Amino acid sequence: MTAVRSRAWDIAATVCDPEIPVLTIEDLGILRDVEDSDGRVRVHITPTYSGCPAMDAIRDDLLTALRAAGYADVSVELVLTPAWTTDWMTDDGRQKLEAYGIAPPSGRAPVRPAGPMRVALAVKCPRCDSLHTREISRFGSTSCKALYECLDCLEPFDSFKVL
Amino acid sequence: MNASDTSHGDVHVDRVALADELAGDTGQIASPDAAEYALWLGDDALVLSQQLGWWISRAPELEEDMALGNIALDLLGHARSLLHYAGTVDGRSEDDLAYWRDEPEFRSAWLFEQENGDFAKTIARQLVASVYLFELYERLRASTDATLAAIAEKAVKEVDYHRDHAVQWTLRLAGGTEESRRRMIRALDDIWPYVDELFRDEPLIDRLDGVAVRPSTLREPFDAVLADVFSEADLAPKSAFIAAGGGREGRHFPTLGYLLAELQVLARTHPGASW
Repeated sequence: MTAVRSRAWDIAATVCDPEIPVLTIEDLGILRDVEDSDGRVRVHITPTYSGCPAMDAIRDDLLTALRAAGYADVSVELVLTPAWTTDWMTDDGRQKLEAYGIAPPSGRAPVRPAGPMRVALAVKCPRCDSLHTREISRFGSTSCKALYECLDCLEPFDSFKVL
Repeated sequence: MNASDTSHGDVHVDRVALADELAGDTGQIASPDAAEYALWLGDDALVLSQQLGWWISRAPELEEDMALGNIALDLLGHARSLLHYAGTVDGRSEDDLAYWRDEPEFRSAWLFEQENGDFAKTIARQLVASVYLFELYERLRASTDATLAAIAEKAVKEVDYHRDHAVQWTLRLAGGTEESRRRMIRALDDIWPYVDELFRDEPLIDRLDGVAVRPSTLREPFDAVLADVFSEADLAPKSAFIAAGGGREGRHFPTLGYLLAELQVLARTHPGASW
């Protein structure tokens, strides 16, 4: 990685997810690659979910941030492979999520389940750390989250789904 | 855009023309046969997404509004990627394909065109659709077509969640009250005639060896998964008949025309508008 390339990466890495503003796209593992050849910057990002509406905003923010930093020729490409997984979320990102009140993905993505029945893992309440929690809805405020409630402190909270 | 194709406006969803890079992977141009196959899968996803969107604000509980809305959004993502790829063959955009084709030019299977009906009917359709799509995308990951493989790699993980959602509701409705069980049984019987078409090998498949998944090979794993669910829920769907189908040739169930009218009216009223 050249110094120039790492500068472009560092600028790209400041862009946040508009729906989870405490996390950068680097924390989330959405930022896959930044190529810089003679001032032409090519950023590769990967969507968390196919229909994720945040991708448009992230692309705009990347273009804005890199142009503001003096790069005139910037393009952002969406890559689908390898497919995004919550395993790419950085430890730093997981800690930020929890501090923000969203339970980070519990554990690693499973090897493909054989049958149609899922094994549910305990999700820790980000407010009081209790494991005594209940899934209210598998689908929540965004594609990537489920809605839970804590049966001890009684607070509802979002949980990042393992993918 | 092809010059031959500028009879109407070019609709952009966003300022930065996300469509240019939508399918990711190297801007690969589809072969005519691969494009046709992408159209099959893309139309299935688009039609089902549009159907599920209807439920937002109408589902039995708020959580289901969100669940069906989220599933619809995933499917719309799959449809966009697939239609974008299908359009590379002749320079049409995903929007051209979604908004400016008429009913006979659509390639969706009849299962996806079955009306929402009551909540049980929608769940029965979801159960069949998501189990089928899961088995399909699971295998399409190995396609020799890099773009189709990439789309499948992404979609399979999401469809896994859809499948779980449909299975849970099937068990719940079948094992719930007398009323919910009665409706679930009726819904499955209503949906069952439209299952066969999903597994028919059209001539196109013979020309896409290694690229497409042969539909007939999906029947066994599909049946195996559903056998587990049905034995758990004490269900045994039966068909009074087997529907003719014909969606892959552009012959559709009567519901599709109405669905397209709603899906396309805005784009056709304001050709060239962007939003």
